[in-house]
Amino acid sequence: MNVTLLDYGAGNVPSVQRALQRLDVTSERASTPAQIAAAKVLILPGVGHYAALIRALDENSLRQPVLEKINSGIPFLGICLGLQALYDSSDEAPELTGLQLFPGRVSTLPRTAKLPHMGWNTLQLQRESPLLDGISGKDYFYFAHSYAATPSNTKSASPAVAMSYHGEEFIAAIEYKNICAVQFHPEKSGALGARLLANFLRAAA
Amino acid sequence: MSLAHRIIPCLDTDGARVVKGVNFVGLRDAGDPAELAARYNAEGADELVVLDIAAARDRRPTFLETIRRVAAELAIPLTAGGGIRSLEDARSVIRAGADKVTVNTAAVERPELLSELSAEFGAQAVVIAIDAKFKTDHWDVMVRGGRESAAMNALDWAQRAVENGAGEILVTSVDRDGTQSGFDIPLTSAIATAVNVPVIASGGAKLPQHFAEVFQRGQADAALAASIFHDSIQSIRELKQFLAEQQIEVRYPC
Repeated sequence: MNVTLLDYGAGNVPSVQRALQRLDVTSERASTPAQIAAAKVLILPGVGHYAALIRALDENSLRQPVLEKINSGIPFLGICLGLQALYDSSDEAPELTGLQLFPGRVSTLPRTAKLPHMGWNTLQLQRESPLLDGISGKDYFYFAHSYAATPSNTKSASPAVAMSYHGEEFIAAIEYKNICAVQFHPEKSGALGARLLANFLRAAA
Repeated sequence: MSLAHRIIPCLDTDGARVVKGVNFVGLRDAGDPAELAARYNAEGADELVVLDIAAARDRRPTFLETIRRVAAELAIPLTAGGGIRSLEDARSVIRAGADKVTVNTAAVERPELLSELSAEFGAQAVVIAIDAKFKTDHWDVMVRGGRESAAMNALDWAQRAVENGAGEILVTSVDRDGTQSGFDIPLTSAIATAVNVPVIASGGAKLPQHFAEVFQRGQADAALAASIFHDSIQSIRELKQFLAEQQIEVRYPC
């Protein structure tokens, strides 16, 4: 299997590539519409500012190819910002428009908790999910973010297969048709992160 | 359940090799950074920090190669720093495989560096390292490897650094560093109370009880240590088991 990583310059692209290598999966970085159009399996890694990701999609004319690919039904995995980008918009850059695959806006986590939400946290599993096969509510994953998709701002938590909590409940993992996305970083989450990536790839094969 | 308290081994390097010393002086060799990184990754470290404590300009390519070698061994986050003075320095460290950069002296001299880094990489990737030393009635910020006073109150600096875009604070007690007499609890607690970002405590760790104290009374989110892990005085797995038994939330089993 060949996996395409959308490379818009985010810091975690090499980490995701190394995590896939450890699973004996080769991946290619893609940064042009033609490369995206050729993708069989697409991963959108992302870390940092929401605006950097959305602007990169538009400036490189990648928005349409990415949407067409996802809508064509190929296996897709969004990581961190790659989850947030699936919604209509984000409070981190309200003037920009997201990929609008799911309704609602991404918002900042409450200041009653320390921000960024940084470190290892657990998941509250919502329902059966091939993506989370073998993963339990006692397992920890690495998060590093201040914004999140919360049930109150996204109207519906229906695509969510796992929630997590930091000052407020938020969507930690999505599995909806061919679209998978996680707010945490599987590439930085040790053996269980590798397990999640393997689950995604198994379903994609 | 909530966030687990993190255990973070630190590799102080001369660019290429892990070194160690007491109170920032008298360095000696403590091993290969990539080998130690692989060991800590397997033992359940929650994160790793690699520092270039020499930070000599001509050794920079060597340090970037060290980061690449260390990152290749890790399935956990990596923070790198030492001698980062500009956005370009930070970019090269992140491109080499670090998830976060830590800055110290350069941010004291030019706090806007923090906002530049935060705008480029996000606050979650910017760690302000503060070396603090007790002086009469407050903690003084020390720079240049803990040797010089910056004549700033560490608590004020912590708040200002966060306003400027730092997303995490690594606070090292210069008084405790290398003494193995326990973390500086009043310092850590004062910093954790002063800001609303995660705080990593550093300096003085030896016993498992020291870690329990800094998480409970010191309100630290993470604790960092170097030589006790390198010399196998303390195994990370046993340390986490001890903390779990004390009802302190940690990622265990890991």
